[in-house]
Amino acid sequence: MDLNSFWFILITVLFIGFFFLEGFDYGVGILLPFLGKNDADRRVIISSIGPFWDGNEVWLLTAGGAMFAAFPNWYATMFSGFYLALVLVLVALILRGVAFEFRSRDESPKWRSFWDWMIFIGSFLPALLWGVAITNIIEGVPIDDKMNYTGGFWNLLNPYALLGGLTFLALFTLYGAIFLSLKTEGEIMERAFKVAAKLWIPTVVLVVGFVAGGYLATDIFTRLGVNPGIAPVGAAAALLSVGWFLKIRRSGWAFIMTALTIILATFTIFQGLYPRVMISSSNPEWSLTVYNASSSPYTLGVMSWVAVSLVPIVVGYQAWNYWVFRHRVGHHSGSHL
Amino acid sequence: MDGLLLARWQFGITTVYHFFFVPLTLGLSLLVAIMETMYVRTGNEIYRKMTQFWGRLFLINFAMGVVTGIVQEFQFGMNWSQYSRFVGDIFGAPLAIEALLSFFLESTFLGIWIFGWDKLSKGLHLVTIWLVVLGSNLSALWILIANSFMQQPVGYTLRNGRAEMTDFGALLTNPNVWVQFPHVFMSGLVTASFFVLGISAYNLLKKKGNLELFRHSVNIGIVAALIGTILVAMIGHTQGQHMVQTQPMKMAAAEALWDSESPAAFSVFTIGDEKTRSDVFAIKIPTLLSVLSYNQLTGEVKGINNLQAEYEKKYGPGDYVPPVWLTYWSFRGMVGAGTVMVLLALYGLFLILRKRLEQRTWFLRLLILAIALPYLANSTGWLLSEIGRQPWIVFGVMKTNDAVSPTVGGEAVLLSLVIFTLLYGILAGADVYLIAKYAKGDNEAGSGLEETPMAGAY
Repeated sequence: MDLNSFWFILITVLFIGFFFLEGFDYGVGILLPFLGKNDADRRVIISSIGPFWDGNEVWLLTAGGAMFAAFPNWYATMFSGFYLALVLVLVALILRGVAFEFRSRDESPKWRSFWDWMIFIGSFLPALLWGVAITNIIEGVPIDDKMNYTGGFWNLLNPYALLGGLTFLALFTLYGAIFLSLKTEGEIMERAFKVAAKLWIPTVVLVVGFVAGGYLATDIFTRLGVNPGIAPVGAAAALLSVGWFLKIRRSGWAFIMTALTIILATFTIFQGLYPRVMISSSNPEWSLTVYNASSSPYTLGVMSWVAVSLVPIVVGYQAWNYWVFRHRVGHHSGSHL
Repeated sequence: MDGLLLARWQFGITTVYHFFFVPLTLGLSLLVAIMETMYVRTGNEIYRKMTQFWGRLFLINFAMGVVTGIVQEFQFGMNWSQYSRFVGDIFGAPLAIEALLSFFLESTFLGIWIFGWDKLSKGLHLVTIWLVVLGSNLSALWILIANSFMQQPVGYTLRNGRAEMTDFGALLTNPNVWVQFPHVFMSGLVTASFFVLGISAYNLLKKKGNLELFRHSVNIGIVAALIGTILVAMIGHTQGQHMVQTQPMKMAAAEALWDSESPAAFSVFTIGDEKTRSDVFAIKIPTLLSVLSYNQLTGEVKGINNLQAEYEKKYGPGDYVPPVWLTYWSFRGMVGAGTVMVLLALYGLFLILRKRLEQRTWFLRLLILAIALPYLANSTGWLLSEIGRQPWIVFGVMKTNDAVSPTVGGEAVLLSLVIFTLLYGILAGADVYLIAKYAKGDNEAGSGLEETPMAGAY
């Protein structure tokens, strides 16, 4: 395998890490105003992701940095092309990060309610927009022979991309509800179970619609052929099993299976994309690939050593983080800061 | 609409704003870690209270630094796609390493630190804050490795229509990094120490809260301020000499030195005319600029006109002069603020040693105002560094005009510029409100907070 493909895999891994981890904390943020009936509830809900959300978000920043380092043209085309959409994502992420830190620092109910809604918006928008962005990437967008995006903002909001956005949104919200059922106790846990059970069917419907639409709007599923391999089939099976595990109230298994759905679905999408990284709908020859968008072999080599030595360490201490805070969060939990 | 100009404004505003929060994060994490170390070593409760009091202020500031930093990472691609394509092979690497090595470290261990007071042993909890200090400051190192390539490009070759990395080691050992990083690291310490001094002075003046806490804080703050201000000035001096060698035009503009002089005079105060490139009014000290540049009484310092002619020969026709007024006054703002801070730190130490600090209420008031000084110095320092490099985005290699995204229209940039500016304005209000609230001594941490369920963060 060449270094270009290795880096494509690595960026796939970073996006998988991002959706696998940040997926549920977006979901928790989206559910916050609805599952938290009072201030104490809301603090429990936020505390369930308190020690994790910032570390989770870094998977995105690292994916962005890795794109820049390994595939500068991919980074340049996508970030300049999706300009206004990314402005929205940034506004959302700014409000979200600040809201987590600020909301409990003042007693005023108005202050708290304002920041709670910012957490909602800051989680809702990126969940939706990353779905829209990923769908656009597999659908193809107008790109000229100079690798520049020639469409506008509204191009990105085509029906299939919006379906993709809603699918991501539903999946992450379901994921967040299941996470809360796993991490909280008492009434909040009960509410989380109920919401998860309600969300499961719409999520399955959206995923089916997204895959069906994918056969029409993209080539990534058709490229997989009659025997699509273990990843997409596994993703489907995992998602179906979530319904069963919710029914028998096994939130641990429901969580693992939703995580598996997200991991395998992301893998499938990137597999279908390879070796392209941005598909040009103007002319397939103008698509960006792991070869024409990449850095020099020297840079890829240096960065491979860096990544191979650092990623396992990061995974190790993040796993330790989850281990330290593995217990359920309730009204008794606290912090001294 | 001029997309380039708007993109530059956006980069300037978002970067200066981001750097309001970064130095305090760098320095205050270190001071909080020192306080917690003292707590763990002595078991004295006062240090735990200090850790928590300053720790809360640190967290409020940290959040702002993190979220505004995301914009920084994205906007190279969003607004400067041609730049990203041209230097991505080199510039992307330190950014990716920054995320992988530093962002993960600081954000993960900060989460553990905030929530881990009861879950971890004292020693392990202490380790987590030191890892945050390490992560934050490593992040500064890697972004400055990237920035240093823009100031002094090394370890690259022009190939395939772009700059490609040929020597990763050269990027790391870029001489510019090793004057710039210590300068930024120390300015972080200075920012944090004046923050601690100012807030402690306020509470000592009002006699609010746990005065013992603020007396201890002042002691730590004044030592840090003295070490920081003196080192930052000494490193700054070396940095200036480095600038004379590598970016003489920046130094010429910072001094409003129109024509080469040997030995060169140092400008104390110049009102100049940028069009005719001449002084309207100037006070100068003969020979001093040569002394500062070379540590000796002789030596030519090149002037703007001479360098312009030299660059035209080397790079072709064009205007190679940065905005002189802004560069000149940024330099004076930075050095002036720095000088005042050295004096304040010295006098503060003198008062503390003679146990007279709390009687000198005028000095306590001055310390409150002095919180602003590091911010002035930090911002003007970066304006000097980045504006003084113009018209280049990468010195001698790529011009800013050629770096902008060709397909992002002026309207889109105007929209994002307005959105970011408004958003940042609102957040600044909320941030200052909270900092002011938690800076008051009667809002002291550890006063019965443990008994209230879910009190504190989140």
